[in-house]
Amino acid sequence: MNGTWSDPLAWAALAPLLALAGALLNGLFGRRLPEPVPGVVAVLAVAAAFLVSLVGFFALLGRDGGLALTLWSFLPVAGLDVSVGVVVDALSATFMLVITGVGLLIHVYSIDYMRDDEENARYFALLNLFVAAMLVLVLADSLVLLFVGWEGVGVCSYLLIGFWFRRKANADAGRKAFIVNRIGDAGFVLASFLTAATFGSLTISEVNAQAGTFAYGAAALTTIGLLFLVAATGKSAQFPLHVWLPDAMAGPTPVSALIHAATMVTAGVYLIARLSPLYAQAPEASAVVAWVGVLTALIAALAAMAQTDIKRILAFSTISQLGFMFVAIGVGAYAAAVFHVFTHAFFKALLFLAAGSVIHALHGEQDVRRMGGLGRRMRLTGTSALIGTLAISGVPLLSGFFSKEAILGGTWNSTLVEDYGSRVLFVLLLGTAGLTAFYMFRWYHRVFAGPSRLTKDAAAKLHESSPLMTLPLLLLAAFAAFAGFLGLPAFAFPNWFKAWLAPALAQVSTLHPPLWVEWLLVLASIVVAGAGLAAGWWIYERGKGALAAKAGGGALGRFAEGGLGFDAAYRAAAIGPAEGVAAGLAVADRDLLDRGIAAGVTTSSWIGRAVAAWQSGYVRLYALAMFLGLAAVAVVAAVVGGRP
Amino acid sequence: MNVPTEAYVALSGVLFAIGAAGVLVRRSAIMVFLNVELMLNAANLAIVAYARHWAGFDALAGLSGQTVVFIVLAVAAAEVAVGLAILVAIFRDRASSDVDGLAEVRL
Repeated sequence: MNGTWSDPLAWAALAPLLALAGALLNGLFGRRLPEPVPGVVAVLAVAAAFLVSLVGFFALLGRDGGLALTLWSFLPVAGLDVSVGVVVDALSATFMLVITGVGLLIHVYSIDYMRDDEENARYFALLNLFVAAMLVLVLADSLVLLFVGWEGVGVCSYLLIGFWFRRKANADAGRKAFIVNRIGDAGFVLASFLTAATFGSLTISEVNAQAGTFAYGAAALTTIGLLFLVAATGKSAQFPLHVWLPDAMAGPTPVSALIHAATMVTAGVYLIARLSPLYAQAPEASAVVAWVGVLTALIAALAAMAQTDIKRILAFSTISQLGFMFVAIGVGAYAAAVFHVFTHAFFKALLFLAAGSVIHALHGEQDVRRMGGLGRRMRLTGTSALIGTLAISGVPLLSGFFSKEAILGGTWNSTLVEDYGSRVLFVLLLGTAGLTAFYMFRWYHRVFAGPSRLTKDAAAKLHESSPLMTLPLLLLAAFAAFAGFLGLPAFAFPNWFKAWLAPALAQVSTLHPPLWVEWLLVLASIVVAGAGLAAGWWIYERGKGALAAKAGGGALGRFAEGGLGFDAAYRAAAIGPAEGVAAGLAVADRDLLDRGIAAGVTTSSWIGRAVAAWQSGYVRLYALAMFLGLAAVAVVAAVVGGRP
Repeated sequence: MNVPTEAYVALSGVLFAIGAAGVLVRRSAIMVFLNVELMLNAANLAIVAYARHWAGFDALAGLSGQTVVFIVLAVAAAEVAVGLAILVAIFRDRASSDVDGLAEVRL
């Protein structure tokens, strides 16, 4: 599948450069451009990237394989040729369309959202840079180039979380994300070393081709798989490295939508999907992936039920949904995982942008306890948020229903992790799906429905957002509603999405239970979603939240609101001791090193002063010293004797 | 009359001591200079005295002592030329030749 630049598919490989051009333009000259220009430049850059991605997509529709281009050889040494290349296939094209498509809408939204910010040129430069780095990540055919994108998106994430860095909490949140991600990155680097040692290559297509020649469950593949999982847990906020994502909400809301919901956090899913032939040969590693995913999904869903910040609820929901994707990718349902990335990008970006619209209308208010009834005053935002809520809850015929059903079905029918509790995974995941519907109903109800709890001041200023902000909402709502039809349940209907991705992903055999079992699974997910929504309605609409207030007021509620104690545990186990050591070293530095050096300086300057006293400037004194010295020599010579 | 070498050396030592004392106690640069000359010539006297003393044993030793004295005289002449030039320059600058006034070079 080697190709040349004349191939229209290769145009898609130019997308990162287009986004990068926008970033450079805004980064270098944006400060001097008048108000809406930086935003327009950024939107145009992403729109151009979206166009070439579309060209690539349509060029790809007509053929089976993708296109791999080797750009240059980065490190040709004996036994290992690290070449930098790009690959445009169904997998990277899907991610490119999501990144540039959803990214385009979020850029448009940002023009009005960030209009009053005096540093919005920096904002748009970073947002474009992020898109460029993310495109590099998904286009890379070499683990080295992939790592460049991987770190690039990490840097942009860090810079955008701390965009309003003058508030210390925001800067701390950025630092937390950066440090936690370093742990994952260490896993990535170790995995790359081991890959080079095992396969003698860092080119992903070669690694994938060779993985099939290894024995099923070979130890080398398992180790590599587990190390790449460490990398993925960092970037995709999975247990136990998920703690950075809720704090990442300190960044501007469109950033949360683009980076911390729709695209960057799915990089871990992409990485494993890209290496799916390797994972398909490593059932133990795959089982760990699935179990990490289900634990994350469950923990985050429990934490989401107790949050009071409009964005933190969505952040925990994102972690939980990423857990669903990890389960899918662990059980071998690779297409289902990518499909959930695809649908989740629409409804989660939609939910975040709706939250941003609310925050914008309430001038920075983020506490859901001071919201309520907003849907009556913000019709467009409220309606699109409702569609997003129903989609993520898994209401039939909306996009989230199909992707979640594909994951649940894939888990039940998995052969890859059949011996590692695939049925338990299914039950836990199904329960989590119910929790999802429940906490998302709570989110919607607290913000958009029920009685208004706004302050009089806020209620007076409340307004629907401008068309530049509501238009992306409506478009995303349309996708969140209808995108699911691309991936109908495969056992009974044609599944376009799965067929489209098939050439780019490993194919794992699945169980084929009788048709009525498959339909029963679909029914189960419908029932669970309905039960979650009904429970939410029962508690928050009918019971006015009294039961929730009673349950959430106690220690359990505080435990859940604190993210199930992970932050406290890390503080006790890692941050506290590290700060203790740092404080000890600071004392050593100040009281031992600094004081010791200061004492040395004082002593030598004192000696210098004493010696300098000899240098009086009086020539006759110098002469006296000379004569005295001469006399001393004469005396010594006389006493000792001048001759040998 | 044959003056013994010890007398020359003793005179040389006395002259050297007078010169050294003069260098130390006189403040006028001219006088310091003269005393330096005195010390130089005290040394010259000692050298020629030794040269005469050893000439009876080894003719070459006597000659080389006198040669050294000529070299010292030549160097002293050159030194005087340079030294007096410096003195003139100093005198032009501050209208004084007091060496204690030249104490700026210190901490």
